[in-house]
Amino acid sequence: MSASTVRAALLEARAISKRFGGLSALAEVSLTVARGEIFGLIGPNGAGKTTLFNVLTGLHAPDAGECVFEGEPLTGLKPYRIAARGIARTFQNIRLFANMSALENVMVGRHVRTRAGVPGAVLRGAATRTEEREITHRALELLDYVGIAARAAQPAYGLAYGDQRRLEIARALATDPKLLALDEPAAGMNATERAELARLLERIRASGVTLLLIEHDVRLVMGLCDRVAVLDYGRKIAEGAPPAVQRDPAVIEAYLGGEIA
Amino acid sequence: MVTSPRLRWAIWLLAAAVLLAAPFAIDAVLGRAWVRIVDVALLFILLALGLNIVVGFAGLLDLGYIAFFAVGAYCYALLASPQFDIHWSFVLLLPLGALVTAVFGVLLGAPTLRLRGDYLAIVTLGFGEIIRILLNNLNRPVNITNGPQGITLIDPLAVGGIALNKTYSVAGLTIAPVHGYYFVFLACALAAIFVSLRLEDSRIGRAWIAIREDEVAAAAMGINTRDLKLLAFAMGATFGGVAGGLFASFQGFVSPESFTLLDSIMVLCMVVLGGMGNVGGVVLGAALLTALPEALRYTGPLQEDWLGEVYVDPSDLRMLLFGLALVLMMQFRPAGLWPSSTRRRELTGASGATEGRA
Repeated sequence: MSASTVRAALLEARAISKRFGGLSALAEVSLTVARGEIFGLIGPNGAGKTTLFNVLTGLHAPDAGECVFEGEPLTGLKPYRIAARGIARTFQNIRLFANMSALENVMVGRHVRTRAGVPGAVLRGAATRTEEREITHRALELLDYVGIAARAAQPAYGLAYGDQRRLEIARALATDPKLLALDEPAAGMNATERAELARLLERIRASGVTLLLIEHDVRLVMGLCDRVAVLDYGRKIAEGAPPAVQRDPAVIEAYLGGEIA
Repeated sequence: MVTSPRLRWAIWLLAAAVLLAAPFAIDAVLGRAWVRIVDVALLFILLALGLNIVVGFAGLLDLGYIAFFAVGAYCYALLASPQFDIHWSFVLLLPLGALVTAVFGVLLGAPTLRLRGDYLAIVTLGFGEIIRILLNNLNRPVNITNGPQGITLIDPLAVGGIALNKTYSVAGLTIAPVHGYYFVFLACALAAIFVSLRLEDSRIGRAWIAIREDEVAAAAMGINTRDLKLLAFAMGATFGGVAGGLFASFQGFVSPESFTLLDSIMVLCMVVLGGMGNVGGVVLGAALLTALPEALRYTGPLQEDWLGEVYVDPSDLRMLLFGLALVLMMQFRPAGLWPSSTRRRELTGASGATEGRA
């Protein structure tokens, strides 16, 4: 499963800086995610991982630097345009459409790949009906893919925590992403659920989607990721294959406060 | 629910028969005044369904919605009255009114795009007042709206030689203006219900609901929140504009007084009381809130008959009961009388959840 062949860069972050008032959330962070790999982003709380996600997906504009996706800059693009380019994400504090059913949540994900407007919706001609069938079909398929097909008709707020995380992944996959950015997908999961999640992420990668992963669970990151980058106080302090990063003195210091365990 | 196609047809036919016979039956039993009340209720259904698109579907709390009703009404009134001696046909004016109000919807919606919740409510409230005050003062230096006096002698709906403000007799059936307008308003209300239901269950409707649920997540999923919010404002305004045109032709008179903040709040109450986001609930809310105050008028004579004098003025009683109803609603049915439910889809083995939105 290792990305031994050299692949072209899918995403490049070039010297991204972002300040919030006096706080430097990101300071000239650069990294390159290759097509087809699982790239891990780790670091202590408040290191800037989620801020980097928010810059990448257009929620925040960077103060300096730029993100380049498939050779084209993403600078200044609104979130919906970035989603259309092929970057989908999940959120650290799950942001589902709580009162919609699981199925409808995933159907919303198809929005960006479908076309029907108001006339289509009202007249519901042959083209719209076909498109609606395609949307429902694909959404059901994705619910099955992440393993919660039985919950399709349930409102999202009523789903178990682990199922909500899976639903978020299914909704993101519905946008046909080239890059799937997951913000702490294993948070709050038990060991069994984590193992299942790891298998799911492997399957997603095998289907041709590149994964960018923020995660605290070291075992999950080390077992799953081809490469990792470590952020600390908004700076990248290490990047490379998991075993090397794990031995890096700077990383150990960031996590353990200077004492070597 | 109803599986047999034959049974379904029978139910549709029965419903059609009831709706066709309703004005004449109501006329015979309750009197002509009640047919008029039903007409007004149908107009309010049209209005409430429009506001439901903005508030119920897209989750944008609009406290100035009545402004679109006003724009639609004045658009019709100015172009079909002696005011400028222009007398265009409603066939032209209703679509024109819809178009003009849609433009107003986008114009008033655009500056509010970054606002949410309370802030949006206050700004839209302000816009509603601006429109009313503008109509009130556009009589100087050039008289356009006739100011507080309003516009009178507005043309009724008319096709060929048949005008809806006259009484006709067809096959022994007396068709008074209120009957004629009933059928026009009914057709419009049914069309509005149809459009609302179709929109709700579509790519556009899902996107609106997603924005209502979580705007950030909706944008991250590729929904152009700006365009879809403007579309919601425009669609909602369109319903209001058509209702306004119909109102002007029905009354024959419009003045800024008909379009106050209280009217905006009334329409919002219909949406909230009935069940925000659910088309059936909104129709129910509009019908109830139009009919109830009228029914309460009867309590005056009743008090006189039973108690000898009127202890509680019916109009006071109206506000009292109204307040009580809203408090009870909040306590027992916070999602409305008939809340929107998680729609059931044809899924094998999935029974579907019918829990309301809390």
